[in-house]
Amino acid sequence: MSVQDSSQSRPSARDTESVEVEASTAQQAHRDDIDADVDAILDEIDEVLEANAEDFVKSFVQKGGQ
Amino acid sequence: MGIETEYGVSVPGQPHVNAMMTSTAVVTAHRGVSVGDRGASRWDFDQESPLRDARGYDMSRAEADPSQLTDEEFGLANLILTNGARLYVDHAHPEYSSPEVTNPLDAVCWDRAGQEVMALAGEAATQTGPFPIRLYKNNTDNKGASYGCHENYLMRRSTPFSDIIQHLTTFFVTRQIFTGAGRVGLGQDGRTHGFQLSQRADFFEVEVGLETTLKRPIINTRDEPHADPERYRRLHVIVGDANMSEVATYLKMGTTALVLSLIENGEIGDDLSLADPVREMHAVSHDWTLAHRLQLADGREMSAIEIQRRFADRARAFVGTGDSAAADSQTKDVLDRWDFVLDHLEADPQSLAHLLDWVAKLRLLNGYRRRDNLDWDAARLGLIDLQYSDINPSRGLALRLEAAGRLDRLCEPDRVARAMEHPPEDTRAYFRGECLRRYPQAVAAASWDSVIFDVPGYEALQRVPTLEPVRGTRAHLEALLDASATAADLLEALRGR
Repeated sequence: MSVQDSSQSRPSARDTESVEVEASTAQQAHRDDIDADVDAILDEIDEVLEANAEDFVKSFVQKGGQ
Repeated sequence: MGIETEYGVSVPGQPHVNAMMTSTAVVTAHRGVSVGDRGASRWDFDQESPLRDARGYDMSRAEADPSQLTDEEFGLANLILTNGARLYVDHAHPEYSSPEVTNPLDAVCWDRAGQEVMALAGEAATQTGPFPIRLYKNNTDNKGASYGCHENYLMRRSTPFSDIIQHLTTFFVTRQIFTGAGRVGLGQDGRTHGFQLSQRADFFEVEVGLETTLKRPIINTRDEPHADPERYRRLHVIVGDANMSEVATYLKMGTTALVLSLIENGEIGDDLSLADPVREMHAVSHDWTLAHRLQLADGREMSAIEIQRRFADRARAFVGTGDSAAADSQTKDVLDRWDFVLDHLEADPQSLAHLLDWVAKLRLLNGYRRRDNLDWDAARLGLIDLQYSDINPSRGLALRLEAAGRLDRLCEPDRVARAMEHPPEDTRAYFRGECLRRYPQAVAAASWDSVIFDVPGYEALQRVPTLEPVRGTRAHLEALLDASATAADLLEALRGR
């Protein structure tokens, strides 16, 4: 947001700005929660993933079906 | 209705092991893990006609690609189970064809039962055989090969096939937004990097046709009703993904059945034909932001969500009229979940990670991309895609999500366990399954529309046709079966009716 905006045309710019900051902080916190949740899942999955991903995927060859 | 699923089968690190051999090992291992002592009943091919076209002609056997001939036995394993299902080897994949059911929840239940049967057979084959065998409920190896999860719906023969083609095509192209199982890689060989909604979409090349193994059509015209052909057709649907999510399977079967009943009853409304269905099939699958706008034949543009809403609204209005015999609580549940899923796909698809396969898979993939800075070409993302569909409960990622309460289930495990042994009670599958359970030594062969007995006192084999899918139910036959100690008694009693 530019200085001109906050000083002239929008008197309540400071309030708006702080609300926006709060909102984006809340969003960031929400995203962090989701990321932490997903990370917990990934930690579990890491333990069961097949070894040598590249070879494993490469050797999965199927004949076509219907 | 019913679901047939070809499973991916592999031996880790050994791509050249003969797939027919591993598939056969899995199917024959089933006998070792099942409860009870069944006779080895053969499949009866008498009524099969895979080259009959719904548009009214037969393809000659000489014209057909060898992979289209499914009615000859190659000496491959082929079992009928006491739950009424068929477990066999088809085109180098082990396949489970569920028994006939009358509603989407039962379809989920007997499909899940098949997945459990297959997983147990896979483990048994691993224990007793020379190789560890992995089984996957997916649809591509990401190297150009695809195998199917087909749905079947019983329809009235009187419904013009042209109506089905006209309306169902648009529905199939757009239902991927909730039926897709998710895939890493674009194009048939998956060589282009990225993520798409569907495992199957890129393998569809034409709009309508008889083939299922090459030049795959969005609408398959195989006309093999496995029932009285004067009254019924079996719509053979080949566009779908194999789903790990029970909710996705439920919605796939439930919404498709509703759209078919709209078509049968002339209540489908607006013509939403697409300008180029095959191109749109790929475009919808490739856009996981769901923003893509499809080009309609009349020049309009709509998103897949908007098109699905039209179908859902028509279905709700139709069910609301009360004319439909199917206006029961399960139908209402399908309608509610359909709306719920469309609302959330519009607002925030990630909120459906506990319900839909592609969303659950994408959440894992995006997690790895973020945490480990991986690009779409990373082998580990390909592995996540593959292992999501491993049907072994300790390895399979979808099953682990489910066990951790992160992917919803619809069928109680007890119900699934029962469905592994017992048939549905309200279709002819009841007669087939119960005959196998009660008279295992006397059943010489069976198929969808017959049970063939070999009993003392009869010179020839005795074929009991079951051409009416909703006869042969528990209500029709339980008393008769209870009163028949042997198959000979049963035949005698049936003759007297």
